Amino acid sequence: MAIPLAYNLRNLSARKVSTVLTALGIGLVSWVFIFTLALAGGFQSALQATGSPTNAIVIRNGSTAELTSIVARDAAASIESQPEIARAPDGTPLATHELVVLWNLKRKNGTPANVVVRGVTAKSVALRPKIHLVEGRMFRPGLEEVVVGKLAQARIAHCALGDRIKLAGRQWSIVGVFDAQGTAFDSEIWGDVELFMPVFDRPVYQSVTLRLDEPSHFGALRKRLEADPRMSVQVKHEDEFYAAQSATLAALLRGLGLFVTLVMALGAIFGALNTMYAAVGSRTKEIGTLLALGFSRGSILTSFLIESVLLATLGGLLGSLMTLPVNGITTSTMNFASFSEIAFRFQVTPSMLLSGMIFAAVMGALGGFFPSRKAARRVIVEALREA
Amino acid sequence: MKYLRLIVANLLRSKRRTFLTVFSIAIALFLFCTLRTVITSFEASLRASKATRLVVRHAASLVFPLPLAYRERLAQVPGVTGISYGNWFGGYYQDPKNQFAQFAMDVPTLLDLFPEVVLPTAQAEAFRSERTACIIGGALARKYGWKLGDQVPIIGTIFPGEWRFVVRGIYTGQTKDVDENTLFFHWDYLNESLPEGRRNFVGIYWLRIASPDLAASVSGRVDAIFENSPQPTKTETEKAFQAGFISMIGNVQLLLTIIGSAIVFAIMLVTINTMMMAARERTREIAVLKTLGFSDGLILRLVGGEALFLSLLGGALGCGLAALVFRESDFTAGGFFPNFRVLPETVLLGLLLAAIMGFLSGVAPAVQAARLEIASALRKVA
Repeated sequence: MAIPLAYNLRNLSARKVSTVLTALGIGLVSWVFIFTLALAGGFQSALQATGSPTNAIVIRNGSTAELTSIVARDAAASIESQPEIARAPDGTPLATHELVVLWNLKRKNGTPANVVVRGVTAKSVALRPKIHLVEGRMFRPGLEEVVVGKLAQARIAHCALGDRIKLAGRQWSIVGVFDAQGTAFDSEIWGDVELFMPVFDRPVYQSVTLRLDEPSHFGALRKRLEADPRMSVQVKHEDEFYAAQSATLAALLRGLGLFVTLVMALGAIFGALNTMYAAVGSRTKEIGTLLALGFSRGSILTSFLIESVLLATLGGLLGSLMTLPVNGITTSTMNFASFSEIAFRFQVTPSMLLSGMIFAAVMGALGGFFPSRKAARRVIVEALREA
Repeated sequence: MKYLRLIVANLLRSKRRTFLTVFSIAIALFLFCTLRTVITSFEASLRASKATRLVVRHAASLVFPLPLAYRERLAQVPGVTGISYGNWFGGYYQDPKNQFAQFAMDVPTLLDLFPEVVLPTAQAEAFRSERTACIIGGALARKYGWKLGDQVPIIGTIFPGEWRFVVRGIYTGQTKDVDENTLFFHWDYLNESLPEGRRNFVGIYWLRIASPDLAASVSGRVDAIFENSPQPTKTETEKAFQAGFISMIGNVQLLLTIIGSAIVFAIMLVTINTMMMAARERTREIAVLKTLGFSDGLILRLVGGEALFLSLLGGALGCGLAALVFRESDFTAGGFFPNFRVLPETVLLGLLLAAIMGFLSGVAPAVQAARLEIASALRKVA
C-alpha cells in the first residue's frame, strides 16, 4: 500500500524555510537552463527565419557571407534571366540584386555598431513576404532616402522617422520604418541600390536573390549557374544560407549553456541530497512508525522519492515562471559570420519550459534516491528507539 | 584560534554533509571563474594593446580598404616613428568552423611594430626571405599539429581560392595576453596574386608614435589630411579600436554576469539551508556548550566560523580547479576565445565571493544559536 501524498505535502509545508530555499536553488538552475536555451534559440531563429525556403541566393564561389561576395552586373543580369525564376504579376522575374556594406554607426548609448546597409530594388520587398512598412513610406528610387528596420530604429541613434543619417558623406532622410518580424533584416538600413553603387563607390553587387517557380527546379538552376565559368558563383537555398551563419554562435551558446547547467545541476543535486538526508534524519521516528504500521520498504522509498521530486518540480515551476519576463526582451550581438550587428529577441518556448521542469524533476530524483534508500533500509526497533 | 579544533571536529562529524556542501560551493565558484574568464578573455586584446600604437582604417568600416599610397603621407605626419600595414584575410582551414585570424602583413615592418610577437632570429630571417612563407602562433601550432616547414592550405572567403603557406616560424607572445592563434603572411604575396583592379589596397595601417601623449594630436592630424578624400580615415589608439570591437559583441558581458550571479545565488540558498539544518540538529549540543559557560558571542563566532570555513574551502577548491583546468589546455571554444586563461584577479574575486557566501549563510544560524535559551532548548529535545 502506498503512503498518501498528503503526508509528503504536509512534510514540505512543515519545514517551509528549508523547502523554499531548496526549491529556489533548484529553480535557479532551471532558470539558467531555460535562459541560455532562449538566448541561443532566439538568435538562431532570427537568422533562420530570415531566409525563405522558396528563395535561392546567389553569391560568389567561396564566400560564406554576402559581405565578402561579389556578383558583377553582367553576371547578375544573366542570373536573373534564368527560366526557373518565378514571375511577378507584371511578367518580370521575381529576382533582385543587392549591395551590402557595413557602416559603423553609433548605438543610442554611444557605443559603435556595424550596421548592414543594403541597396535594394523594387523586387526586394516582394521576395521577403515577412517585411512590411509600419511607419512612413518606401524610399523613392534616385533620391537620398532610406527606410530602416524596426530593431535598427530602436537601437541605433538618429533612426527615427524624419531624422537624417550620414552615410558615405551624404545626408539621407529616413522616410519609413519596416517590420521584418524579428529576422536579420530588422537590423538593417535599406536604400536604392542604383544610387548606392556610385555613392558607396561599389561597381558590383554582393548577391542576387530570386524566387523559384518550382522548389524542385533548384537543382537544375544550381547546376547550370555553378557550372558557368564566366561568373564563378554558388547557389544556395536562402533559408539554409542564413541558418549556416547562425550555426557556430548558436552551437557555442548552447554548449556554454549546457556546460554551465550540467555543472550547476551537480551542485544543486548535492544541495538536494543534503536537504533530503536531513529530512530522513530528523524523521527517523516517523519512518519507524510507518514501518510498524505495515507500510512496505518499497512504499517508503517511493514516498521519500516522490517528496524529493515534488520539491524539485516546485523549484522547476518557480524557475520556469521566472523566465517568462525574459521572453521577448531584445538584445543584440555581433553576427560573426558577417561582422554585423544583429538584434534578436529571447524566445522562451513551451518546450523549453517543459524541458526545464523535467530537468528539475530529474535533479530531484537523483538528489532524493540515496536518502530515500537510506530511509527504507531502517530497522523498525532501532528507528523507534532513536531520539 | 584555539576553537579551530572545535570547528573542524563539528565539520568532521557529518562528513557526508560537509563533503556535499564544500563541493557544491566549489562547483559554484568554478563556474563563476569560468564565466568571468570568458569576459576577461574578450578583453585580453585590450591588455595586449600598446599605448604607443594607433590604428588607421576607413571611416565607414573595416570592409572598405585604404589606398597603399597613404603610407607615404602617414609616415610624414610629425610624431609617427614607425608604420606597418596589413589586410584581414578572413580564410579558414579545411572547414569554415576552423576559425582563426589570418593577416596579410607588410613583413619588413611587422616585427618592428609588434615587439610582442617574439620570433627566433633565424625563423624571422626565413620568414622574410620567402614569398609564400607564414608564421603562426604557438597555440595555433599545437592545435593543428603544424610544424616548421609544413604547408598550410587556407581557403579564402574574401580572397577566393586555396592559398598555401609554408610555416617558417612559430611565434610566442611576449606576455600571456598576446594572442597566439594568428597566422601572418606576406602582404606582397597577396597583393601580387590579386587581379589588377583590386591591388594596392590596405585594410589597416598601424602607426607607432613617439609617446602616448601624442595619440590625440596625431589621430586628429591624420584624419584631417584625408577628411575630404574619397577614402576618409578613422584613427584611434589600438586600445580604443579593440574596445570598439568588443562593444560590438553586444550584451554578452551582461548576460554572463546575470548567469554567474544566478549560479552563485542558487548555491548560496542551498548553503544557507544546509547551515540552518546543521544548527537545528545541534540545538541540544549548543545548549550544553552554553551551560558550560560559552558566551553568546563565542557561540555566534563558532557557528558563523564553521560556515565561513566551509565556504572558503569550497571557494579555494573551485577557483583552484578553474585556474588549473584552463591554464594549460589551450581551450579556445572553436576560436572564439583565443586567450582563455583565469586571471589572478578572477581567483581573488572568487575567494571574496566565497567569503561573502559563507558570511551570509552563517549569519542566520549563528544568530539563532547565540539567542538560544538554555532551559527551553534542553527541554524541547529531551
